[in-house]
Amino acid sequence: MASRNITVSESSRPVLPRHAKLRFDETRQRWVILAPERVLAPDDIAVEILQLCDGARDVAAIIDVLAAKYTADRAEIGTDVLSMLQDLADKGFLTEAREKTP
Amino acid sequence: MSVTPDGSAMAVDPADGIAVLGSRGSVAESFGIPLAVLLEVTHRCPLQCPYCSNPVELERGGAELTTDEWKRVLTELAAIGVLQVHFSGGEPTARKDLVELVRHASDVGLYTNLITSAVLLTRERLAALADAGLCHVQISFQGNEPLGADRVGGFAGGHAKKLDVARWTRELDLPLTVNAVMHRQNLHQLPDIIDMAVALDADRLEVANVQYYGWALKNRAALMPTLRQIEDCTAIVEAAQQRLKGVLAIDYVVPDYYALRPKKCMGGWGRQFFNISPSGKVLPCHAAETITGLAFDSVRSGASIAEIWRNSEALNRYRGTGWMQEPCASCAFKEIDFGGCRCQAFALAGAAAATDPACSLSPLHERIFKTAEAEAAEGGDRFVYRNFAGGTAET
Repeated sequence: MASRNITVSESSRPVLPRHAKLRFDETRQRWVILAPERVLAPDDIAVEILQLCDGARDVAAIIDVLAAKYTADRAEIGTDVLSMLQDLADKGFLTEAREKTP
Repeated sequence: MSVTPDGSAMAVDPADGIAVLGSRGSVAESFGIPLAVLLEVTHRCPLQCPYCSNPVELERGGAELTTDEWKRVLTELAAIGVLQVHFSGGEPTARKDLVELVRHASDVGLYTNLITSAVLLTRERLAALADAGLCHVQISFQGNEPLGADRVGGFAGGHAKKLDVARWTRELDLPLTVNAVMHRQNLHQLPDIIDMAVALDADRLEVANVQYYGWALKNRAALMPTLRQIEDCTAIVEAAQQRLKGVLAIDYVVPDYYALRPKKCMGGWGRQFFNISPSGKVLPCHAAETITGLAFDSVRSGASIAEIWRNSEALNRYRGTGWMQEPCASCAFKEIDFGGCRCQAFALAGAAAATDPACSLSPLHERIFKTAEAEAAEGGDRFVYRNFAGGTAET
């Protein structure tokens, strides 16, 4: 799998892999990530970040969006975003969008 | 098929911001609707593994729920809040309607796992399953080389076919779990099995030591590992977990005959998990029918699945801690392990409400441990193969 052992940086364009699905659980009224043999319960901030991970936007753009929205210090937000995404990537719930190779 | 006794509901993996549902205090632990349900869509299987987790009395094909009945079950499960279903068996691909069922499950919003022996799959059928929305494939392996593995499964050519299907799985960009059921006769292959899982580009490996109920209990003397094997196995798994961090996740299930504390089987009886048998019975675990004298309700009864989950007399019988006898009743661990496994208590102590003899506080514990050691040292290697005739001895 090309997605193994990725290092998330500001130039990464993260996206959930095919097997990880972000979904709103109507019964429990909360967001969940469905993955093989696991159901993860991301908190509100994680959900907001993950909704921005569309494979097109890079991490720098995600940080910009959040820093603008919360009028917060970009460096501080950046640290939090990168660490959360790296944590997800290490667990195999985040991959990097890549150019289609012929 | 084989299901890990503690991992099948949901593994616990707490992390900052990304908590795991199913851990302590969640909806799932207060008898809310489970997050995941195991669907044993058939007991038919081309393999004859001597440790099969199905009951010795298998349900015949004619008793199986129809396509429409399974679809109704899937719709109902999604509606009451189940998030994941595991299509299992028997061999789930023996059902001609599996693609249709997976598509229906996806349509109603369920996350779908396929737990398969893989030997009946073609590349076309696997691709059709992927198109239907299948999210994850788990393939069982009986060893790391064809001769021994095909002997355990009682199916010539099985191992080679599994390798093909594992490759197709990854080519179709589906995540792969390798399930390796371990016992005395294949534990020496563990390092090679780990290498095989890496070479197959699996995401997860389940190293699942056999649990001894049903078929496996019949074959205990041929399967029971030595204590030395288990110690080696644990060391090998722990080293590999470190070495393969970020490459291969390894889940590990130890054989509890050698443990001091019993496993929290299924997270507690009727607590966070159920499975549905081929004919529609709602069971607290895949082995529960080995306990005689319990009547399990069926999805054919007219009651809704939510009603059965809440009100089933068999599910309520060993729920929580109220049913416990001593030494469980006054034990400080009673809400940690819920007295271990009811099926094992029934099989070894003769009463499902007894303390699981895997627990060192059980009066039977010492004897069970010695039995395991003796069988590991002196048991013959010949199997009794699983089949609808009640088993056939290996020649």
